[in-house]
Amino acid sequence: MIITLIDITLLTFMGATAIAILRLRSLFAVVMLSGIYSLLAASMFVALDAVDVAFTEAAVGAGISTVLMIAVLALTGERELIPVRTPLLPLAVVTLTGAALIYATFDMPAFGDPSAPANLHVAPHYLKDSFAEVGLPNVVTSVLASYRGYDTFGEVTVIFTAGVAVMLLLGGRKGDDAGIKQEPEDKAGENNAGEDDSGDGDDRGAGGGTA
Amino acid sequence: MKSHRVLRIISKLLIPFILLFALYVQFHGDYGPGGGFQAGVIFASAFILYGLIFGLENARKVAPPAVVTRLIAAGLLIYAGTGFAGLLGGGNFLDYGVLRADPVAGQHLGIMVIEFGVGTTVAATMITIFFLFARRDR
Repeated sequence: MIITLIDITLLTFMGATAIAILRLRSLFAVVMLSGIYSLLAASMFVALDAVDVAFTEAAVGAGISTVLMIAVLALTGERELIPVRTPLLPLAVVTLTGAALIYATFDMPAFGDPSAPANLHVAPHYLKDSFAEVGLPNVVTSVLASYRGYDTFGEVTVIFTAGVAVMLLLGGRKGDDAGIKQEPEDKAGENNAGEDDSGDGDDRGAGGGTA
Repeated sequence: MKSHRVLRIISKLLIPFILLFALYVQFHGDYGPGGGFQAGVIFASAFILYGLIFGLENARKVAPPAVVTRLIAAGLLIYAGTGFAGLLGGGNFLDYGVLRADPVAGQHLGIMVIEFGVGTTVAATMITIFFLFARRDR
């Protein structure tokens, strides 16, 4: 009963936040609201007993993403332009996709159903034997790091690739590392502070150049 | 941000605790919620907070980009290296059971090492992305 009430409250808040994000033209408010949306999603995951997922959502979605979006906002500007055309086609696509997804949920087993296919395959083995085999009280860590270690390796590779891609796109070449305007200041700072900074500029540039 | 005394003092007070909390999440992930991904993001957020309050140049002195960019690869190499250590021990790739005489102890060691690799890559990537985005602000 209480859980249902919490679920309905959180979903209402998420819906209200989503509508506010759609309506607002101030991008700063939109970024803040999307952080709040992530936090609400994290609370939802807690209500669904997925604490590890909630933790990730709160740290990545509400934390880092918001900061990165604000950093982007400093480059773009704070007002969203009013669209020239009425977005009827995108609206139709989104409505159809949403309706199809909701229709698909009718075939899904109920939440936490012990006879659901997902709970019949390897899950019982993990829950029963993971403590004897891996020795960790947190089954989620056992699955992520040991049973599914290869998948997690892939995930870390994705993070690595994302970092490399951002470095390639935004890292710049050897010459324009600090920008023309800031160059004299940086040079003075480097001479005082030591060779660390100039060294890193060269390395970064070289990496970007060869790739 | 240099004139905001309250922000500067509060963030100075908070940053050590954020770092400590990240380490707790990193090494307590075996027993409770958490692990490398979450810990890496929290660890990076301490540096990002420092960068927001004290300026990008100071943050780049605390976390030199030359070191941070190498750590992105180092974390992944730690993970892959643990996998190959399993191969050398006679098991499969990423089979931690052979790392120690006792398979459960080997699993424990392997998970701790790969989680450390995950945390290193995630933290370094997040710091690098923030540095690169924030540097374009002029």
